[in-house]
Order: sequence, then C-alpha cells, then structure tokens
Amino acid sequence: MTRYIIRRILQAIPLLFIISVLLFVLMINTGDPLSTMGGRRVTRPEDRERLSRQLGLDQPIYKQYLFWLIGNDWTKVDLDGDGTAETQGTRKGILRGDFGTSMVQRGKEVTDIILDRLPNTLLLMIPTEIIVIALSLAVGVYSALRQYSATDHIITGLSFIGYSMPIFFIALVSMYIFGVNFKAWGLPYLPTVGMFDPKVGKTTGQVIQHMILPIFSLTVITAAGYSRFVRSQMLEVISEDYIRTARAKGLPNRMVITGHALKNAALPLVTIVGLDVPLLLGGAVVTESIFAWPGMGRLFIDHLSRSDTPVVMGILMMISVAVILSQLITDIIYAWLDPRIRYS
Amino acid sequence: METILKIENLEVKFHTLGGVVNAVNGISYSVEAGKTLGIVGESGCGKSVSMLSVMRLIPNPPGEITGGRILFKGQNLLEVSEEKMEHIRGAEIGMVFQDPMTSLNPVLTIGRQIGEAMMVHNGFSREQAEKRTIELLNLVGIANPDQRIKEYPHQFSGGMRQRVGIAMALACEPDILIADEPTTALDVTIQAQIVELTKRLQAELGMAVIWITHDLGVIADLADRMIVMYAGYIVEEADVFDLYEKPSHPYTLSLLRSLPRVDSSRGGGERLATIPGFPPDGVTIMLGCPFAPRCNFVVDRCRLENPPLIMVNNDHKAACWVDVNTGKERSL
Repeated sequence: MTRYIIRRILQAIPLLFIISVLLFVLMINTGDPLSTMGGRRVTRPEDRERLSRQLGLDQPIYKQYLFWLIGNDWTKVDLDGDGTAETQGTRKGILRGDFGTSMVQRGKEVTDIILDRLPNTLLLMIPTEIIVIALSLAVGVYSALRQYSATDHIITGLSFIGYSMPIFFIALVSMYIFGVNFKAWGLPYLPTVGMFDPKVGKTTGQVIQHMILPIFSLTVITAAGYSRFVRSQMLEVISEDYIRTARAKGLPNRMVITGHALKNAALPLVTIVGLDVPLLLGGAVVTESIFAWPGMGRLFIDHLSRSDTPVVMGILMMISVAVILSQLITDIIYAWLDPRIRYS
Repeated sequence: METILKIENLEVKFHTLGGVVNAVNGISYSVEAGKTLGIVGESGCGKSVSMLSVMRLIPNPPGEITGGRILFKGQNLLEVSEEKMEHIRGAEIGMVFQDPMTSLNPVLTIGRQIGEAMMVHNGFSREQAEKRTIELLNLVGIANPDQRIKEYPHQFSGGMRQRVGIAMALACEPDILIADEPTTALDVTIQAQIVELTKRLQAELGMAVIWITHDLGVIADLADRMIVMYAGYIVEEADVFDLYEKPSHPYTLSLLRSLPRVDSSRGGGERLATIPGFPPDGVTIMLGCPFAPRCNFVVDRCRLENPPLIMVNNDHKAACWVDVNTGKERSL
C-alpha cells in the first residue's frame, strides 16, 4: 500500500508539470494585467512600458514561466523599469514555496491572499457537503425503498426541479422569500449579503446567520443530483441476490438496508464525492457572487478578470494538487470499503 | 411421521407488462420432518417461486400470492405478521440459493454473514456467534475456519462459497432447509460434494430438506419423495424409487428419457432424447393440459380439460388422462 501511494505521488509530478505549463500559457495569453492598473484612467504608453519591464511581462513566455517555477534569484531583473536589468531577483519560485505576489494588490503575497479567503470558502463548503451527503443518502434510500410510491414521485419531481434550476435563480428566490418578504411580513428574516453585519461585527452568531441562505442554495442544487444517484444505486443493490439472502436469514428490514445494502450502494458515491471535494476549494463562483461572500470563488473571478497571473495560477495549482490528492484518498477509501479492490 | 410443512392450493401470479403470469397454479404437497423432498422441473415451472412463497420473499410488486395456505408447524405463514415471519426465516426455515457467486454480500466478511443470523435469532453475543460460526464452517468442511471467517466471499471458490451458503442457512438449526438449485452453478465434482455434505448434515441435524433442481441425476441420490412440476402445476408426485421405476406422467417419462446414461443400451453415438416444443408462457389461459402440445400420449380430452392430480398407484399421484403404461385413456 505504501509503495502504491508513493508511486501515485511520483506519477503526479509530471502531471502537475504539464498542467502548470498549459495553465500558464493560457493565463499569459488571456488578458493584459496592465490595462486596469491605472485605475479609471487609461494607462499611459510610457507607464505601460515601464510597468511591463518592472513586472517582467516583457520577457518571453518561457522565461516568465521559468521565473514563476524556479524563481529569478539567480539572475538580474529590471526592477526600476529603465530597460537595463541591474537588480538581483528575489523570487524563489513555486518549487520553493514562493507563489509570488499579486499584480492587482501590489506586493501582497499570493499565499496570504489565498489563505485570507480559503477559510471563508471552507466555512461554506464543508457544511454544505456534509448536509448534501447526509440528505441525499437519506432521501435516496427512502425513495428507493418506496419506488413508484407517491412519496417517491414527489421526491423525484422535487429533485428534477432542484437539479434543473440554475443556482442563481434559487439563490435569488431564497433571498426574496427569506430575506425580503419575511422582513416585510414581520417574521424573523435572514440576512442576504456578506459574512456579517458591519454594525454588529464578526460574531459567530452573525456568521452562522449569513451562512444559512448560501448553504441552502448550494445544498438544494447538489443534493438533487446526489439523491438521484443514491436512489438508482440503492435500487440496483436491493434487487441483488445477496439482499435476498440477507432477508432469507430473517434479518429485520432495517438491518438488511443499513448492514447489507447501504455499504454497497454508497461505494460509487465515494467516487463522486472524491471528484467534488477538491472543487469545493475553488468555491462557488455564482453563489459567492450573489451572496457577496468573500470566498475563493469571488477571489478567483475577480483576479482572473484582471489577468492577475500569480494569484490565478496559485488558486489553480492548489486545486490541481487537491484533485490529485483527493483522487488518491478516494482510491484508498475505496479499497478500505470494498475488500475486492487491492492495490499493489 | 410428523408433517412439518404443508402447502395447500398455493397460487402465485406475477403482474408484468406482458400480462398476468400464472407462475404457480394451486399446488399442494407436504414435507415430513427429517425427510427430503425433491422438486424437479424446467426453468420457469414455478419451483423456485413456490419456495420463495414459503419464505414470503416473492418481490411484491410484481409478484403476488393470490391463494392457498402454507402451513408450517400448523400455522399459516401467509397470515402471520412480517415481524413473526422474520423470526421464522433463517431461524426455523433456512434457505440456500442457486448462485453462490452472487448470493453472498461482497463487502462483508464470511464470519459476519454467517454470524449475524445467530445474533438476531438466538441473541448470541459477537463472541458466541463467532465461536459457533467456526463450528459451522468445520461442519461444512472448510479448512482453517478461524482464519477464514475474516475473509470475504471473493477469496472463496464457488464450491466453498456454497458451503458458506449452507453454513449460513444452518446457522440457527432450522427445521427445514430449502435448497434452491444449490448445485446448478457448480461443476460436477463439486455438485457431488455438496450433495454428500447435505446428506451428512441432514443425518446429523435431522432437518427436513426441500431440494429444488432441474437435474434428475442429482436428486435421485438425495430425495425420499419427488415432485415433478410443469407450467406451475404438480404433474406427478411419488416416492423417489417409484418415480424413477414407474413414471406415470408423460412429462416425467420424457425427462427421464432425456437423461444421458452411462449404461445406455442404445449404444454409442445415439442422440439423446429431447422434448420438442416449449413450455407455455404462463400468460395465455389454456383450456386443457399444459403439456398437451408436447405430449406423445395426447388424446382429445387433453386439449379440453386439465387433468387433476389423482392417485394412480399406492401413494403415487399423477395428473394425466392417459395411463402411460398402457397408453390407454383413464376412465375417470
């Protein structure tokens, strides 16, 4: 098993290298970070030239990539932008843990920018994922055990509505009902934007209140799909011979379902969750934007639109590593749950 | 001898898209304690369905038990509560299934799968169940049972898995063991081992066995009494020697003729006898005997009236208008 894990990690290295090259080339070519640096005014040509020298954007793309990857402390860079490279570079490159500094927020470390936002996103995503898994297992199993009953039809209908509804719609509707209308009706209402009310301050109670609607919207959309999946898995499993065997042993229905069926039915769910979890780090772009939640999704979209290569690359590489790691963890969990699978 | 299971006029129907399939059409028979009943018939003749009905394991929908009584130790299983039924399943009636490859749960250990019934029915602790499981595995002839209880089904061969299946069915020392084609998925040498094992266990534990098969060769060695089923009807019922000696239904006769024999008097190279045609689909309502279209002895009456199961000889029943020994129509 240890050898398997080591092999998988070694295999990940060339993969990450290829991913980083592709992403870097795409990033460099998708926009001009200088265009918005003058604020509302158009950047003047001489400033543009100086800035591009200072930021190293005048260098050929392979050199920019190299600096990003292994740093530039082995060569001279043009720090004052006068056209001659006379200053010793200070960047260490991501291989030595230096993700560089943001172009948009001048001088701020990418690592700090990401670490500022990551906890906010996790605060939203981890509860969502836990609720989604619990809810979809419960709903999916319930629905499967009562296939074609009225309850099953209602659940099916609701999941299709949930699944086919765009997230912004449910987000706005939930804001309209639980925020706007509840307030108008004099009922206790929920806050709709941000992480806390500035007048009250960032207290636990405030944050929890502000989490409810975004988590609700995300849960409805995700759980709808998951529960359909659990239902179909469960239907498949309960028609298996070994379930009949379990019943023939006289086990009570609850034991047949939880002891024999659920483990088999939940196995494929591990794969799906394993694919989804790393993407949670990236945040939910639309949800975070609508609810003005200061998370990774908004960070990503803000910096992408301004072509802030170091920040965007930092986020993307973090997600890439997370994807690879979570795939590895998924495989390990799978082997632990399913004795038929062994790695060597 | 004490009758332990008595089935009276059992009827089972399946509601399918193609119409209502009459899987079992009013069959009656009884099993005596400690004896072995063999049920033979081709695929789809209702033999498995009738056994699953005894366990009340017919998937509903589409299946439905539409009539009859199943008397187990005097109480009608079709009327007891589901809760009561759970105490009978596994504890008093054990069942072994056809395909040992799919009838064991792939993600649970063998020990857990055998032991759990004892924990549920006998109130055993985990340790007691494990101890008894090891004894059971010894009983069914699995080596190193204390090691193997920790293993999973995929680590066992087909024959070994069926031994596990038998151990599972015997865990709570049932009064009846229902074996639903337990050897069909196994190769011939393993089949013989499983048959021997069942005979030995029956002698040791004294339970009644209902052995479903479509292999007349396997059952001859095992059964005390035989039932032949066709299209959801019992067409012949007799003592095992009587049935093989003096088959009284054309279907049984044809089945026995289609058995390959080592001591064939017909000589080498001769083709095995077959029964032409197909069994009825169960949906179409037939007026006469369901076997009439394939029968060599058919008379006019066969196409109009379904023959009842009648006593043709001492304790030997058959459902046929014709006496196959003489070829003449019975005067009923």
